[in-house]
Amino acid sequence: MKEEIIMAGFGGQGVMSMGKLLAYAGMKEGDEVSWMPSYGPEMRGGTANCTVIISSEKIPSPLSSRPDTVMVMNLPSLEKFAPMVKEGGTILINSSLIAKEVERDDIEVIKVPANEIANELGNSRVANMVMLGAYLARKNIVKLDTVKKSLKDVLPERRHDLIPINEEALDRGAALVK
Amino acid sequence: MGEKILMKGNEAIAEAAIKAGCRYFFGYPITPQNALPEYMSRRLPEVGGVFLQAESEVAASNMVYGAAGAGARVLTSSSSPGISLKMEGISYIAGAELPAVIVNMMRGGPGLGGIQPSQSDYFQATKGGGHGDYRLVVLAPSSVQEAVDLTMEAFEIADRYRNPVMIVGDGIIGQMMEPVEFKKEIDPADLPKKDWATDGAKGREKNVINSLFLDPRELEKHNLKLKAKYDKMKEKEVRYETYKMDDAELVIVAYGTTARIALSAIELAREKGIKVGLIRPISLFPFPEKIIAEAAGKVNSFLVVEMSAGQMVEDVRLAVNGKKEVYFYGRTGGMVPSPEEIVEEIVKIGGAIK
Repeated sequence: MKEEIIMAGFGGQGVMSMGKLLAYAGMKEGDEVSWMPSYGPEMRGGTANCTVIISSEKIPSPLSSRPDTVMVMNLPSLEKFAPMVKEGGTILINSSLIAKEVERDDIEVIKVPANEIANELGNSRVANMVMLGAYLARKNIVKLDTVKKSLKDVLPERRHDLIPINEEALDRGAALVK
Repeated sequence: MGEKILMKGNEAIAEAAIKAGCRYFFGYPITPQNALPEYMSRRLPEVGGVFLQAESEVAASNMVYGAAGAGARVLTSSSSPGISLKMEGISYIAGAELPAVIVNMMRGGPGLGGIQPSQSDYFQATKGGGHGDYRLVVLAPSSVQEAVDLTMEAFEIADRYRNPVMIVGDGIIGQMMEPVEFKKEIDPADLPKKDWATDGAKGREKNVINSLFLDPRELEKHNLKLKAKYDKMKEKEVRYETYKMDDAELVIVAYGTTARIALSAIELAREKGIKVGLIRPISLFPFPEKIIAEAAGKVNSFLVVEMSAGQMVEDVRLAVNGKKEVYFYGRTGGMVPSPEEIVEEIVKIGGAIK
């Protein structure tokens, strides 16, 4: 098993934390993982992104040019990363902020109204967790439960009061896809 | 200890230094390695150490000189332009035969260059950089775990030879997060006493730490002593890793992150039926020339891949010694080669040798 994932959005949408959480959970399940923040020339252009690779074997390149999955939180990220998704791969789109359709028929498109659901939960900042929940339900790379358990490792202690709402957001995202 | 945690390379190197018994850090900020001094500024006071942000890189490297002279395990870190500024101190530390560890998270140059990953300080790290006939042991990790292990080892090597050791990473090694495990922790109080250190001469003969030898006969003697030390390093401190060399017809030579990307390229090339292997130098000085010379007797050709315009390729050519063709592929300025680009080069070479 090897899964290459790119997560992208505006700075502040929690894209880096999503990646860290996923990588932490992968590590807890005994997989090899790497987390790489946006780096190189692609960091220009108003988007933050990170690459996470989860594999049952040692990870060669920590960068990904043909990701299996891409999660995009805003329009510039869709335009930049949709063309990179591997044939037969998956793209998850934050449909609350992206009206545009994906112009490819060789990949699976999952629309996640991440901000709407986060707002229903009362905190727009958990939109990233809604997205991650949807991803976890679609691809069985790491268990939702392990991700929940990793929240305390990734969130700084002063934010541990937010663990329940993050868990709820993960569940709501997962429910969309199930 | 023993538990895996997810850490950025820069922070993991800092923690590894502390676990190796380092209690002193002198530095000056520069991207892309700021997470390292930031971590040290928080952690060193917790363990009774000293973190000091100096007024300049030159000052920081001379503070390292002082702490090393007093016998302490000491670290400094920077990125390319900052390392250039530290060269004065580094040459003095090498000349005075003091152990210290220097981290260079390389970014694109020359001059201020950029802040993206690069490997264009290979010459500076392995061939001098500062003035005078000196060498650093230069270690190049390709994963965060290896960065931890090599940092801990760097302090041992530095003490063993009384010589500065440099860890070189491209910016990616510093910024990426991977699981790490700290396998041991050294209490500085348990380290062997350094009987040469200038730590107070009460009750004993005074020790002198110096790099000035005005009598040319004395300086030559000193230079020959240093040379003997570097020869011993060449004999004992060579480190490398090989991958799929048994049936390889073409060998990639690459280090650091580039070697990881090369592994992905090897997978792709082998899917196309091209037998490619890898030699990954871990010590850049001493350079693993023997394994490369041996490979020259077996394989058809070499491809050196670097994030530079071609620096390590010169050492590979010396080791191959004209026996086989040595090709080069490099990206510069902060651009990172992709596995697909490397495969294209492999295919091109394949065409040239058939």
